[in-house]
Amino acid sequence: MSIDMEQFKATFIEESLEGLDIMESVLLEMQPGEADAEEVDNIFRAAHSIKGGSATFGFSDISNFTHVVETLLDQIRAGEREVTQEAINLFLSSVDCIRDMLAGAQEGFDINFEQVAEVKAGLDRMLGSAPEAAVPAEAGPETQEDTPAASGWKIIFKPFPDMLRSGNDVVRLFRELADMGEMDAVVDLEGLPALADMEPEEACLNWGVTLSGAVSREQIDEVFEWVEGDCELSITAIGGDEAVLVETPVESVTEAAAANPTPVQAAPATRERRTSNDRRQGDRRKSRSSSENSSIRVGIDKVDALINLVGELVITQSMLGQLGEDFSMDKVERLKDGLAELERNTRELQENVMSIRMLPISFAFNRFPRMVHDLCGKLEKKIELKMSGEQTELDKTVMEKIGDPLVHLVRNAVDHGIETPDKRLAAGKSETGTVHLNAYHQGGNILIEISDDGAGLNRERILAKAIERGLANSGDNLSDAEIFDFLFQPGFSTADVVSDVSGRGVGMDVVKRNITALGGAIDVESRPGNGSTFTIRLPLTLAILDGQLVRVGEQTFIIPLVSIIESLQVEPVRVNAIAGSAELYKLRDDYLPIIRLYDAFGLKPDSTNLEDGLLVVVEGHGQQAGLLVDDLLAQQQVVIKSLETNFKKVVGISGATILGDGTVALIVDIGGIIELSHNGSKRANSAAA
Amino acid sequence: MDVAEQIASGLAGTGEVDGSQFLTFFLAGEEYGVDILRVQEIKGWNAVTPIPNTPEYIRGVINLRGTIVPIVDLRRRFGLEPMEYGPMTVVIVLKVMREDKSRVMGIVVDAVSDVYNVQDESLKPAPDFGSVVNVDFVQGLATVDETMVIILDIDHLLNSGELAVMDSAIERE
Repeated sequence: MSIDMEQFKATFIEESLEGLDIMESVLLEMQPGEADAEEVDNIFRAAHSIKGGSATFGFSDISNFTHVVETLLDQIRAGEREVTQEAINLFLSSVDCIRDMLAGAQEGFDINFEQVAEVKAGLDRMLGSAPEAAVPAEAGPETQEDTPAASGWKIIFKPFPDMLRSGNDVVRLFRELADMGEMDAVVDLEGLPALADMEPEEACLNWGVTLSGAVSREQIDEVFEWVEGDCELSITAIGGDEAVLVETPVESVTEAAAANPTPVQAAPATRERRTSNDRRQGDRRKSRSSSENSSIRVGIDKVDALINLVGELVITQSMLGQLGEDFSMDKVERLKDGLAELERNTRELQENVMSIRMLPISFAFNRFPRMVHDLCGKLEKKIELKMSGEQTELDKTVMEKIGDPLVHLVRNAVDHGIETPDKRLAAGKSETGTVHLNAYHQGGNILIEISDDGAGLNRERILAKAIERGLANSGDNLSDAEIFDFLFQPGFSTADVVSDVSGRGVGMDVVKRNITALGGAIDVESRPGNGSTFTIRLPLTLAILDGQLVRVGEQTFIIPLVSIIESLQVEPVRVNAIAGSAELYKLRDDYLPIIRLYDAFGLKPDSTNLEDGLLVVVEGHGQQAGLLVDDLLAQQQVVIKSLETNFKKVVGISGATILGDGTVALIVDIGGIIELSHNGSKRANSAAA
Repeated sequence: MDVAEQIASGLAGTGEVDGSQFLTFFLAGEEYGVDILRVQEIKGWNAVTPIPNTPEYIRGVINLRGTIVPIVDLRRRFGLEPMEYGPMTVVIVLKVMREDKSRVMGIVVDAVSDVYNVQDESLKPAPDFGSVVNVDFVQGLATVDETMVIILDIDHLLNSGELAVMDSAIERE
């Protein structure tokens, strides 16, 4: 039976990257001198899975490298070695190496062997310097001293019928055993059924193996590691006095492997890791970026909730169906109840489906501990990174696009915000600076704050720079917010020295543009000497929108509720026209341009009289305008459908949605429509054709 | 409905023929054909939601089971006299390829005709009319029972002019 290994390779790589993320985050938490057993176990497990998986997939470079790491970890785990800062750094660079090698394996490009070799040499050096472990790297397991020196082993190996289905190959096992010493295997054919009854995928043979030579118990265990739980295994030492007998119709892994006959050998180990590591589910970001848009991992509870809801929906549907079969007017009440139930089911179903797309923001936050750690080393600063609200959930699409802006802001905070330790001490602050990442919900928005307790923004310098660049006049009396807004101008930088971390003035404008593209906004607050806070405000999701349905002639349009400031009836006395065409409406102290929606969209309205329609005051791209519509209809949540999937972007329209009656309604793009009216060409599109 | 059956029976015969099968339809008295493998479904004309500021031949968009599908009037696209939509007016929903992306679009035609097997070698290239007639959209001419069928290159047709949008849309992103 040949299995296409390619399809599992992607899974292996994804899971390995996930394992690396776990290793990294645990390593960063680790303090020299205190090896927390659980932490070391976590790293060890991750390394072990990567080693096993890479050997299976034939990435011998990775498995050899990881083996050395694992050996070192094993010594730490056994308490034979102290955790030093040097070791932690070495492990961190090993993580980077393995990540590079995995990327190389995935993309098929050559990796930096020099760097790998360097790190490996470092690891070997450390291994070699071990007090009691003067052991060659490849024979790591021999360090365990309780191993009896046996002259040989007798192994009785009885696979469960399911074993082959989990991708284990008996031949491989024997080949490995044979590599260790002299092997003599006897097959027990007793369980073999008649040819007609034979299931090709079932294992029905048993083996008795005699292995002679200087082989340690651990080496044998290692061979059978992946089939543990899928077989009955007894290993007895020959010649040694102690007979070590292990019966392994084992524990938890059995159900896992049986319930999930994935032919990936890494599967059981990953599963085990996951249960112990549920809170680390967020550590997936690296693997995501490498295999963009491929898949999302959904918690089983969310799927269960969906199944429950669908069950309820089916019940409601059959109830309504029954009611409809012999309907009479006296059953109207029951029909109403049923419909109310249906509405509730549908709404809950919708909410739950949306929540599948939601991921905790820790996905985006997780890269920062390492980043700050590295930057601190480079910039010689002492910084503590605090994170809170990591469980705040955010739409997957938003998450993908917010990653880079966040990196930029955190980097700025570390580079420009926090001062060097001596400056901080001179300013009477503690030596260690704090960068705080915080995420929380507020109304229909998600707020992400990046704050530092550094020097704060230099108002005067920004203003001077803005004046120098001609963005402001020296006489202008500008508010803080207006001044800080200059930061988001392209090419604006106040850094005197351009470092390789930041200061080129490239980026803040991109940050702002990305956030605006997501329908969000960014605010800056800063107090000199006390640090600054950047607050990003993002919509909860991009897929659903609160809309106001409006009617123009026979057509229904949707105006996003967030853009609407108010709606009013036109009082003719407040209308002024400039040069007879550009109409303005005086609303309190402001003059608003009036955009006749029928005019902009080339439609036939009920009436062209301003007084007959309604004016919807909207704001988009920082400008206000009054949209003239015939009537206001209902307000409702609408699911945004892209026009671009099958058509293209249309000026003034941001998308479409499907109304309750099955017809399509278009969603007005406020920024676009204001722009459209500015251009004065209501046929901008067709003119271009 | 009978059209669907015809298509089904036509498809059932695919095994025996080499060459391609084409669904044909009428447009101002002429018979046109499109590759049947591109046809997603055939439906009657229903009201559409017009899209502002687009040419006349883009009638608007419809909701096809949750997908927004633009509808193109082929008569108007070819500059023919528009016809009042009647009970025989049908919309053919097609899959249009553009590089490695596919879009779903509908075309409004006068009536659906038949499904023909056409041997590849009997597909004649359209004669060159110079600049008088643009034959870019014509993949070839086929003769079936002494009548001429114009085989359309829908990928070209529905990615041209105002519909040629993928590039610019991508650039904007």
